[in-house]
Amino acid sequence: MSESVQLQPGLKGLVADWSSDQRAFKGVPWGKAMMWIFLLSDTFVFSCFLVAYMSVRMTTMVEWPNPSEVFALEAFGTPVPLLLIAIMTFILITSSGTMAMAVKFGYEKNRNVTFWLLIITALLGASFVGMQAFEWTKLIQEGVRPWSNPMGAPQFGAAFFMITGFHGTHVTFGVIFLIIIAIKVRRGDFDHERPGFMTGRKGRYEMVETMGLYWHFVDLVWVFIFAFFYLW
Amino acid sequence: MATEGQEHPISTYFWIWGLLFVLSAFSYMVDYMAFQGYLRWSLILIFMFLKAGLIVAVFMHMMWERWALIYAILVPTLAIGVLIALMALEANYVFGTREMFFTDWRQFFQGGGHH
Repeated sequence: MSESVQLQPGLKGLVADWSSDQRAFKGVPWGKAMMWIFLLSDTFVFSCFLVAYMSVRMTTMVEWPNPSEVFALEAFGTPVPLLLIAIMTFILITSSGTMAMAVKFGYEKNRNVTFWLLIITALLGASFVGMQAFEWTKLIQEGVRPWSNPMGAPQFGAAFFMITGFHGTHVTFGVIFLIIIAIKVRRGDFDHERPGFMTGRKGRYEMVETMGLYWHFVDLVWVFIFAFFYLW
Repeated sequence: MATEGQEHPISTYFWIWGLLFVLSAFSYMVDYMAFQGYLRWSLILIFMFLKAGLIVAVFMHMMWERWALIYAILVPTLAIGVLIALMALEANYVFGTREMFFTDWRQFFQGGGHH
């Protein structure tokens, strides 16, 4: 990119960028800025779910089930609180680490390593969704429904299925896009600046970083769900 | 930045990765050790915000971006705080009225019923 004017850092840069009568987000590719805007809107979607969950939990007259017990799993003969959820948390963090490294090796144009890191990230994501399916099956068999719950407050079921379901959907779409980006890396689409299937825009390694932003966001949302839904 | 890409040494990512693991282990221990009350809630929130901050700042490269982007993304999230405050006030009120009028709410809900 050719910036004819010297870019200023810090607060002066903030004012100068926004008042420059041009694009405000200097130094970032357009796709990345737009991914950030999308993630901001997605942040509000998840906030609405979590705030709704706060409201129903604060107002219910029936006791809220203790998530520590509800999500406990039997291991070596003793129930361990939140065992599966803890494993899911570590899996998602691990996938965030492999994703961050995929971005780094992408910019180094190391196709092979980037491809495999993206595939590992996708596999970790898929295993996360698998564990979530297991968790859902377990709760459904115990009689939890979006409208009722034998363990206490019926809103527990509604909040659980809505919040984890929406997050799981995000992970699933993330896995699909990770596989698509991995294939593009493998084929060398980004080295040869080949345009994508539905766009005339040239393929670039920035797309790995933009993909990474989405994936880290999914991990970020899980941090909040873990804290507010499972630990609270 | 000459290029538009974000390039940082791999050790940075390993450090943050390790920190996230440790912080996750800590927040899991809060539940495992069965801390209760304000101690539990403050520990959960501290570990949550530290993890979220590390992910956004380093993994999502926010700390190396220009302020124009940082502000455009981070400042609007403050509105969520307003929503939380409003809904908490409202929920408090709703709970109060329910307590006043539906003391037999459990019975009401589980079909023991009024009639």
